[in-house]
Amino acid sequence: MTNPLAIIGKIILAALAELGGLSRFAATAISHIVRPPIYWRLIGQQMWLIGYNSLPVVGLTALFTGAALAQQIFVGGTRFNAESVVPGVVVIAIVRELGPVLGGLMVAGRVSSAMAAELGTMRVTEQIDALVTLSTDPFKYLIVPRLLAAVFTLPLLVLVANVVGVLGGFLIGTERLGLNAASYLQITSDFLEAADVYSSLVKAAVFGFFIALMGSYNGYNSRGGAQGVGKATTNAVVSAFIAILLTNLIITVVVFGVTG
Amino acid sequence: MNTPMIELKDVKKSFGNNNVLTGFNLTIEKGQSLVIIGGSGSGKSVTLKCLLGLIQPDSGTICIDGNNIADISNRRRKRILTKFGMLFQGAALFDSLTVWENVGFGLMQGQGLNKTDAKEIAIEKLRRVGLSPDIAELSPDELSGGMKKRVGLARAIAAEPEIILFDEPTTGLDPIMADVINDLIVECVQELGATTLTITHDMASARKIADRIAMLYEGKIIWHGAKSHIDNSGNDYVSQFINGRADGPIQMATRINKAPS
Repeated sequence: MTNPLAIIGKIILAALAELGGLSRFAATAISHIVRPPIYWRLIGQQMWLIGYNSLPVVGLTALFTGAALAQQIFVGGTRFNAESVVPGVVVIAIVRELGPVLGGLMVAGRVSSAMAAELGTMRVTEQIDALVTLSTDPFKYLIVPRLLAAVFTLPLLVLVANVVGVLGGFLIGTERLGLNAASYLQITSDFLEAADVYSSLVKAAVFGFFIALMGSYNGYNSRGGAQGVGKATTNAVVSAFIAILLTNLIITVVVFGVTG
Repeated sequence: MNTPMIELKDVKKSFGNNNVLTGFNLTIEKGQSLVIIGGSGSGKSVTLKCLLGLIQPDSGTICIDGNNIADISNRRRKRILTKFGMLFQGAALFDSLTVWENVGFGLMQGQGLNKTDAKEIAIEKLRRVGLSPDIAELSPDELSGGMKKRVGLARAIAAEPEIILFDEPTTGLDPIMADVINDLIVECVQELGATTLTITHDMASARKIADRIAMLYEGKIIWHGAKSHIDNSGNDYVSQFINGRADGPIQMATRINKAPS
């Protein structure tokens, strides 16, 4: 039993089984997206829950991060008499990386956990089985609205995060660091390219997909009462975090790896 | 001879090394009310889940009204599922919806009825199970256990199903409320002329609801007969169970490692 190879094998098999289960879950969910009925009202409801209610936390995160970033770049820049790099680096860092990643992580903390807890409770109280007995497909009624809502909403949230993040840098740059407001905005718009914004929005949509997928998958498959729901919630957040950071790296390398 | 409404032939299901159903055979005729009794972990819940297609059996066939649900298309399976109504053990009401939306859920989602008509039927069904229309707008978590069961029953009968499944309908209720629910079940089932399958370990409930009783033990039906024969079944397992004796051929201790059912 204590053979280390056997233990490693067991862990790898368990991880692969989990990955297989997740892939099958995602494939089933996606196949339901293209087959009616689609519950538009539920999608709207989820978009409200995911989007509007996440605005404060996403906005504040972006504001503080943008401001702190400007301060640090200013400190670094003064060593080379290059304070004017602040606006350019802030806008690129926020739009390309920090806006989508931090926005995604904050929403994952809020939304993946809530989805896993709600669906997990529905699972252990047999509400998901009850849906089946009432001629309603749980994937169509529960999973698809969450996935679509997150994919639609995250780009909007990240757009807000990007603007607020740049604003945070702008505020600290002009109010505290003595940078000129007009030239700050000029440099910001000079540095920003359309590709930055597109990649930011694509990232956001992908993160939205994983946030909803991890929340739904872990909640839908939870078992074992209150403890099981707790575990599902934790797993949902942790796996959503990892998925966001990993896919962010992949997209960054693919989009910016070549052109630099 | 008529096609039986529900027919399970040699159904087997195991989870890992744990054999839950080990050759399950059962036939329920149209309009009949069958109660499966059996201890915890004997495979009762798994049987219901197999019937609903929530769990795929490893082998064997399950026929609903002559259709083997294992080898028909998803669309046809869905149509067969519309014949079913089910009352869950914990009522399983959707807590994000109001009471009447719960009762009318199958009518609105499954049959595409509009809100006004569905609400009218829902309130009628609530009245049928002895609940006043005042509670229609409440949320399920504002109801007592007995009221939840009644709402669950109203939801199960709302779409006038041909087959109704009852999962331990009296668990968690006081004896008087349990009897009220039993009476309601008998009345509603007679009105609809539905075929029913109930799983329970409450003998009072079984005697009230059943036409026939089957006993499930270690994944098999070990005794099956009319309700009137249950007291002289000549089967040691059955007599131990219905009299609730700790001594006998059924050893509870051996079930500690039995799996979730």
